[in-house]
Amino acid sequence: MNLQLHAVRLGLFRAWTEFRQSITTRTDQVWIVSVNGIFIVVLLFQRNADIPGTDIPLALATLPSLLGMNVMTGGWMQTATTLSAEREDGTLLRAKATPNGMIGYLVARIALSALNILLGFAIFLVFGLTLLDGLGAVGVGGWLILLAVFVVGLLATLPWGAMLGSLVKSSGAGFGLSFLPASLLIGISGIFYPISGLPDWLHPIAQIFPVYWLGLGMRSALLPDQAALAEIGESWRHLETFGMLGLWAVVGLALAPRVLRRMAQRESGSAVEERRQRAMQMGT
Amino acid sequence: MTVTGALGHSPAVEGSDQAAIDVRDLRMSYGSVEVLAGVSFTAQRGEVLTLLGPNGAGKSTTIEILEGFRRRSAGEVSVLGVDPAQGDEQWRARIGVVLQSWRDHGRWRVRELLNHLGQYYLPYSTEDRRRPLQADELIEMVGLTAEADRKIVSLSGGQRRRLDVAIGIVGRPELLFLDEPTAGFDPQARRDFHDVVHRLADLENTTILLTTHDLDEAEKLADRILILAGHRIVADGSADQLSRQVSGHTEVRWTRDGQRFVHSAADATGFVRQLFSQYGEEIADLEVRRATLEDTYMALVQRHESGSADQSAEPAATFGGQR
Repeated sequence: MNLQLHAVRLGLFRAWTEFRQSITTRTDQVWIVSVNGIFIVVLLFQRNADIPGTDIPLALATLPSLLGMNVMTGGWMQTATTLSAEREDGTLLRAKATPNGMIGYLVARIALSALNILLGFAIFLVFGLTLLDGLGAVGVGGWLILLAVFVVGLLATLPWGAMLGSLVKSSGAGFGLSFLPASLLIGISGIFYPISGLPDWLHPIAQIFPVYWLGLGMRSALLPDQAALAEIGESWRHLETFGMLGLWAVVGLALAPRVLRRMAQRESGSAVEERRQRAMQMGT
Repeated sequence: MTVTGALGHSPAVEGSDQAAIDVRDLRMSYGSVEVLAGVSFTAQRGEVLTLLGPNGAGKSTTIEILEGFRRRSAGEVSVLGVDPAQGDEQWRARIGVVLQSWRDHGRWRVRELLNHLGQYYLPYSTEDRRRPLQADELIEMVGLTAEADRKIVSLSGGQRRRLDVAIGIVGRPELLFLDEPTAGFDPQARRDFHDVVHRLADLENTTILLTTHDLDEAEKLADRILILAGHRIVADGSADQLSRQVSGHTEVRWTRDGQRFVHSAADATGFVRQLFSQYGEEIADLEVRRATLEDTYMALVQRHESGSADQSAEPAATFGGQR
């Protein structure tokens, strides 16, 4: 029996189990429905506005942007939050105390992130295909680009979320330090409105980070070419999209194992106990 | 309790002459603060060892080094023949760990989690040690049958700890570390847990190292007790041996003519013989009580915490007859 492969399989099983637990838990259901519900309301309001300079409904541009944002929140935010919380409650130490448990744990984190992102995709796409005109016209090429942006985008965001989750001292910090920059980036990256509508000096800043490229990549997948007129350079810039996301992925994947290993080495019973004490003091 | 004849001998040792744990001159410092200043001890296979000591004495540090979760500053450590700092997954599979503060996997159900974690041990199953243990068997062993399908988050504190114990032994460990396993147990749960420990040691030949603050528990469970104080092991032996080592005195109580007497004797047997030869039938309600583990523990810890690192075991005070 190949030991690593066995652990990978157990990790996938764990991801599926936890996904099932999530979608059958009331608090998670409320969260999923309310967050996605808000975005869907936004889309409904945008149905009658057009992308500037085209006659394509704005909602049709926002929907793929939301898919891009979804990759970022699932890859970066969720990973950081979960990892910091599971260091605190001892899940990670449990994995460390189990033979090949760390492999299983990491595989589960990656797979669960992917599943959650795909759940968001499903919600938005079902909505888009039933209530918005235009998505039906997307060809196989478009869907393949969507898939490619999803995979590269996950690789570009998840390692950074894992590093943040490894470095913070508490689960509260894990959430705060991932949520704040994420919100800021979403605000300046042309997710809810074309970036051309934002001040020019913000453009270079937005273009450093993956969120902008995730949105752009998803729009290029689902929108007709005419819509590119509203983008910077009036082009989908595929090369730059995959180049920037690829860069974030390569650097992240190069750094993350080292950071994770160092964090894992430090996990011990007294470290978990110390965090529990601190969490209890803050909580009550 | 098994009262062993000689130090380091356990009736359960079979087929292996290698110690399960061998620690020599273990040292640990955090910066300039020394936590362990040359700790040495061994545990034979199948032996149950209890590590006692005041908070901050270095119990957790010692256990974490043995578990491979913490690197030591100096000294030789061998756990199941392997240096824990170099322990691989194969080694990891032979060890069980139960900690105090786990709150993980709240959404999983008891049986579901035991089944899942057990799977990790499957590749390490051998002819004479089938791994993992069946989830239902474990659940019954720790008395969680009624909770088998409940979410872990809904368990009470004591039930949660029993689950932790079950997870600790799901891989049928050859060596099990238990960090204050019965904190928060009611008396029944405690008794059941003690049965589990005895069963593991006797039937599975599992070596067990546990920490506790419950001296009564230490005495019930341990083949051998180690007391860690002032960064060192200050006592190593069975509860009986320790009390003899620390206090040669035994408390003798009796009544004569309705009057109570208490005497602290170095040679209790001789004293009682003399008592009877002198008063014969007049003696009633005779009680002979060796210093309890608690007396021994308090005396040892006091002596070593107060700075007199004198290792020779001279009685600090007259023991018996004080209470």
